[in-house]
Amino acid sequence: MQQILNFLIKHKTFLLFLLLFSLSLFFTIQSHGYHKSKFINSANVITGGIYEVANNFGAYIDLKKENEILLEENTRLKSILYNANQDSLKAPYLDAELSRQRFKFTPAIVTKNSYSASNNYLTINKGIRDSITQDLGVITSKGIIGIIDNTSNNYARVMSVLNTNIRVNAKLKKTDHIGSLEWNADSPEFVQLMDMPIQAPVQIGDTIVTGGRSTIFPKGIGIGIVNSFHKDATENYYEIQVNLFNDMTNIGHVYIIKNLDSFEISTLNELDE
Amino acid sequence: MNLMNNVISQNIIRFIVLVLVQTLVLNNVNFLGYLNPYIYVLFIILFPIKNNRLLFLCLSFFLGLTIDLFLDSGGIHAAACVSIAYIRPVILKFSFGMIYEHQTIKFSSTEFGKRLSYFTILILVHHIILFSLEIFNSSKIILIVKKSLFSSIFTIVLCLLITILFSRKKR
Repeated sequence: MQQILNFLIKHKTFLLFLLLFSLSLFFTIQSHGYHKSKFINSANVITGGIYEVANNFGAYIDLKKENEILLEENTRLKSILYNANQDSLKAPYLDAELSRQRFKFTPAIVTKNSYSASNNYLTINKGIRDSITQDLGVITSKGIIGIIDNTSNNYARVMSVLNTNIRVNAKLKKTDHIGSLEWNADSPEFVQLMDMPIQAPVQIGDTIVTGGRSTIFPKGIGIGIVNSFHKDATENYYEIQVNLFNDMTNIGHVYIIKNLDSFEISTLNELDE
Repeated sequence: MNLMNNVISQNIIRFIVLVLVQTLVLNNVNFLGYLNPYIYVLFIILFPIKNNRLLFLCLSFFLGLTIDLFLDSGGIHAAACVSIAYIRPVILKFSFGMIYEHQTIKFSSTEFGKRLSYFTILILVHHIILFSLEIFNSSKIILIVKKSLFSSIFTIVLCLLITILFSRKKR
């Protein structure tokens, strides 16, 4: 016993080092898994608050750019509205199915963004008090940004599409061939669409949109355009390099999508298992 | 006693200022798309040499964890900080030689070459551990080397500039 104590006292610095080092390794490994980094994330009162204050100063610089983006979006929505098929408005009866709300959108402001690491996260200024929960999709008017993976009362952390852990269900806009969207940490402009069946008529310049097979994103939200593609090692699938619509290095306003049917869909899917 | 308080408050202020500058300003630099300087290691580099090593290790861990909190990076900064805090005495001895034994050196009054070697080794070790853990993929070893090397140069230059600027002011 005496010897053990002596050993501990003699090597206390090294033992403390080992303890702290393994603790940080534990946090690191935990952060590589989806939904596991509960303790160390920027969606807490202190870091979220500091980022929000800092963002209030910086927001004015981007105001002009943001206005242009909003104007662009307004123009697009107006053109859809006025060119819409008038028949639906003249329908003799109102179909409850048509007017039922499926998705709820919440606007939010990005207070922290990163894109140079291999696992990037954003922090936004909406949290549990705005009924934001895990696994909601985050988009801009141009396309997808990421998925919410942690929330606190007033803030939420978004796993960016520029994160090596993210998997998003995506498809070609013109057909229904689906693949899985990943990121290889090389460039913030490009993401990779894996496992696209070789039968898909992929061409350079094709639009890639979300597939709608999961409850996170609705079908048809823009992701990017095909920049190049080649067969993967198995020769059965294409690996597609996708040029993102969003400039991930400059993001101000985002929308959070809540699928109001997600509970219904997931309980239905659980019945199978 | 007064001197003691002075040193403590100086280090507390340094801690807070370095964390805020690092997270709010320097992490948005993204020079050439991926290069960020990590000057918060200055806290570890300039920490008083006469210290309680256990306290120093804990403080370094806490510093790294604070940066991790802000950057959502798990525990990679904490791991890198604890490692360089642990090996600092060895590097001090290597860079400054016998003077370190007397524990009387002041960083601002040391020879530039010795200071450069001390800064370089600590920052290089820190960055290599940091980026190896961040990327955590042996097939991307070139990316790790590239990132650690260029970021280190960036950090070293900035750290030296900052120490020179602030040591002049005190006189």
